[in-house]
Amino acid sequence: MKNVMEIKDFYFTYPKAPKPTLKNINLNIEENKITALIGPSGCGKSTLLRSLNRIQDLYPGNKYDGEILLKINDKMENILEYKKENKLIELRQRVGMIFQKPTPFPMSIFDNVAYGLKFAGIKSKSEIEGRVEKALQGAALWSEVKDRLKESALGMSGGQQQRLCIARAIAVEPEVLLFDEPTSALDPISTAAIEELVVELKERVSIAIVTHNMQQASRISDYTAFMYLGDLVEFGETEQIFLNPKEKQTEDYITGRFG
Amino acid sequence: MRFLINKIVLGLSILAALIGLVFLFWILIDLTIKGVGAIDWHIFSNDLVNNGLRNLLIGQFMLALTAVVIGVPIGMIAGIYLQEYSYGSKYAEFIRNLSDVMMSAPSIVIGVFVYAIVVNPVGHANGWAGSIALAIMMIPIVVRTTDDMLGLVPKELREAGIALGAPKYKVIFDIIIKAAKVGITTGILLAFARIAGETAPLLFTSGNSQFFTMNMNQEFPSLTVAIYNLATMPDENLVKIAWAGAFILTVFVLLINLLGRYVIREKK
Repeated sequence: MKNVMEIKDFYFTYPKAPKPTLKNINLNIEENKITALIGPSGCGKSTLLRSLNRIQDLYPGNKYDGEILLKINDKMENILEYKKENKLIELRQRVGMIFQKPTPFPMSIFDNVAYGLKFAGIKSKSEIEGRVEKALQGAALWSEVKDRLKESALGMSGGQQQRLCIARAIAVEPEVLLFDEPTSALDPISTAAIEELVVELKERVSIAIVTHNMQQASRISDYTAFMYLGDLVEFGETEQIFLNPKEKQTEDYITGRFG
Repeated sequence: MRFLINKIVLGLSILAALIGLVFLFWILIDLTIKGVGAIDWHIFSNDLVNNGLRNLLIGQFMLALTAVVIGVPIGMIAGIYLQEYSYGSKYAEFIRNLSDVMMSAPSIVIGVFVYAIVVNPVGHANGWAGSIALAIMMIPIVVRTTDDMLGLVPKELREAGIALGAPKYKVIFDIIIKAAKVGITTGILLAFARIAGETAPLLFTSGNSQFFTMNMNQEFPSLTVAIYNLATMPDENLVKIAWAGAFILTVFVLLINLLGRYVIREKK
């Protein structure tokens, strides 16, 4: 059992908030596994996910306490100590993110996937082309778009756009991918495609996924964390959480008695 | 009773709208009749000194274009600061309000201001001063549009760029401005149309010239100031040229406005 990320005694406070939104979180993200974060709206699961690549730092004034460790070259580094933009850029190249709504950039399909590569220091044209093709294949999109790579990404369907965003994220070959409710804006067929893709991806990356859809969590994840009002209530193997929860709150939530 | 009030208010609204429209069309029709009658090939191929408009048209265009070159970058950078970098800063709201107030500043005041800071030190009116005055008029409009249009770009798009490991300025210039470019372009076009027909800021700044010149260090010809001067001349021929100039200017401004609106509609 190897952890790619370890969250230790983690507290998060939004700017000017009187109380922390996340309290005393202890959680590990295991390598090549899918960890699902579930819980009712406002429980802090998205905040936790957004702390893992410090994307929330776009908006100043957040307060972090505790440690979030990321394995870099077999050593654990505390990402909360990063101050310079360069370190944060490196962090985000290692820890990618997919959002709730598809976010294609207003440029061609090819340029979308190639966008992150230039910041990862990849300059050779042939290497970029190779990485783009590989990423699109990895996102099960290559056969659909290989003849229209130069067309605008804005003309794709919602499900295709979301897979494009996944392709874009895996093109930079991150170690961890964070999914923030990636299917909540998609129809059931696109959702199934994305779920299948996420499961395939764990061969190559470690995954943390926030979802409102409990069936989704039970279908695809290896570990599940149930959060409530900023606390991590229970964390364990998905099967155990869904079939044999230890906490009453967890049981109530997954059986639909509240939330 | 309520029915009656309804009718009265409706009637008054229609009357008010009609009064506005009547004067607008009166101006347009009068302008078209007198303007079209005065237009011939001669005025396009000769300068004011020979009773033509050539130097004035080119001069006006040069002044406005130079104003765009000065005003658009400044306005856009300010707008980008307000929307993308001023997060949580107490000065941002102050700058926004100030910029809005500037938008309604009387243009003659801007003209006098530029006279004091540019014309006076140099000692004579010149083209640069005119363009600076026009640019000052333009900047608040560009600030406002850039600020608003960037504000319409969903924040997820910024986060997606940052999440790929792009530096913030790259995200803004590669992605966010591109996503907002239709709105910003339209705003710049409308701002251009707004300053292209201005007289007051030029009156004290660029002066006027009867001759063709591209040297903006000298007094510079402009259509609007020329119309103002010619319209008060006793010579009927010169008044006719003023009508032609006014007509051309109106058509030009109208076209840019239509182009701006067309760009919006095409992209939506």
